[in-house]
Amino acid sequence: MIELFQRAIFEENLALAFFLGMCTYLAVSKRLDTALGVGIALIVVQAISVPLNHVLHAYLLKAGALAWLGLPDVDLGFMRLITFIGIVAALVQVLEMLLDRFLPGLYRALGIYLPLLAINCAIIGGSLFMVERQYDLAESAVYGLGTGIGWALAIVTLAAIRERLRYADVPRGLEGLGMAFIVTGLIAMGFSAFAGVRVL
Amino acid sequence: MLKSLHTVTDPLLDKNPVTVHILGICSALAVTTSVSTALTLSLALIVVLTIAAGIISLIRHHIPSSIRIIVQITIIASLVIVADQILQAFAYAMSQRLSVFVSLIATNCIVLGRTEAFALNNRPLPAMLDALGNGAGYAIVLLVVAFIRELLGAGTLMGFGILPLVAEGGWYQPMRLMLLAPSAFIILGLLVWAVRSARPAQQEPREFTPYAPERQVQP
Repeated sequence: MIELFQRAIFEENLALAFFLGMCTYLAVSKRLDTALGVGIALIVVQAISVPLNHVLHAYLLKAGALAWLGLPDVDLGFMRLITFIGIVAALVQVLEMLLDRFLPGLYRALGIYLPLLAINCAIIGGSLFMVERQYDLAESAVYGLGTGIGWALAIVTLAAIRERLRYADVPRGLEGLGMAFIVTGLIAMGFSAFAGVRVL
Repeated sequence: MLKSLHTVTDPLLDKNPVTVHILGICSALAVTTSVSTALTLSLALIVVLTIAAGIISLIRHHIPSSIRIIVQITIIASLVIVADQILQAFAYAMSQRLSVFVSLIATNCIVLGRTEAFALNNRPLPAMLDALGNGAGYAIVLLVVAFIRELLGAGTLMGFGILPLVAEGGWYQPMRLMLLAPSAFIILGLLVWAVRSARPAQQEPREFTPYAPERQVQP
């Protein structure tokens, strides 16, 4: 379990190894504080949505999952993508309303980033990987949390470097996007160096 | 006629969705380890994007603007599911190699970006031409990156040997790094640099002006 958690953060980092959530990753990594906000929002959404989607997949969509309704032959697997997108969009909306009602301070800090995450490849991709690798409920909870933390770590690192790079003398055509890509490549190399390192 | 031609050709280089608008990198880079996977994903994206733009443009007057995002996502996701099922039925090995990335076309920013920005305000034919152009612009970037990575990383193109490998008695020692994730980022960074050097209009405005005067370029 710890190994899965560690792998989800470093070795199989969604942003750096699977290129997921790249649009958000590059667009909001110009400043450290916004990157931190979107990173925390993603951890929260990812940690809830992956186990939630697991439950839905196990009891509604998987082949034979509707046996409890007396329909053992039904396979709704093809509905997976559209269900996950709907669930994530609804979850983001509900989370936004709950935060606004009960934790207005946190809502003011994170609220503007939540809608960004409704259509984020990292979140949908995390749920799809969970199905493809057949994680059980506990594993998918750990995987969700781990991938969320890994993605947040990656975006905060990039934002911190980009803040410093703003004052660097970069070749004119490489400024901005080009430099962000190359820095991301170097960060990805750093993260892949954690492959094989085990805590226990 | 010339105008509609421009709708198709502009996104290829001058308004390329990937290098200029930073759209759709999400699913783009993971499939660029070989040209054949990049080609398959590009084709799937072009088909989905063109049909989605056509459908959304046809019903654009009937979508209430408050729920337009949900309507668009539903249409796009349905098309992606169809594309995924077709791929699984007729090219199962390829769909296994593409893993979740075909499904992720649905969350690809290019698709939603083009339908939202263009198809909702234009007639079906221009909307589909615009979608075709943007899909092709995406495909070009994907294929260039895949070409470099597969050629240097494995010495092959589309699975055919191009450079004779050392392991098979040739002279080329494959660069394994090219097949790993970091190289994709770096190649794309260099590609953006190349495009922006050729098209200085695409360069980003400076956020910070150095106090020292601009360096003089020697003639």
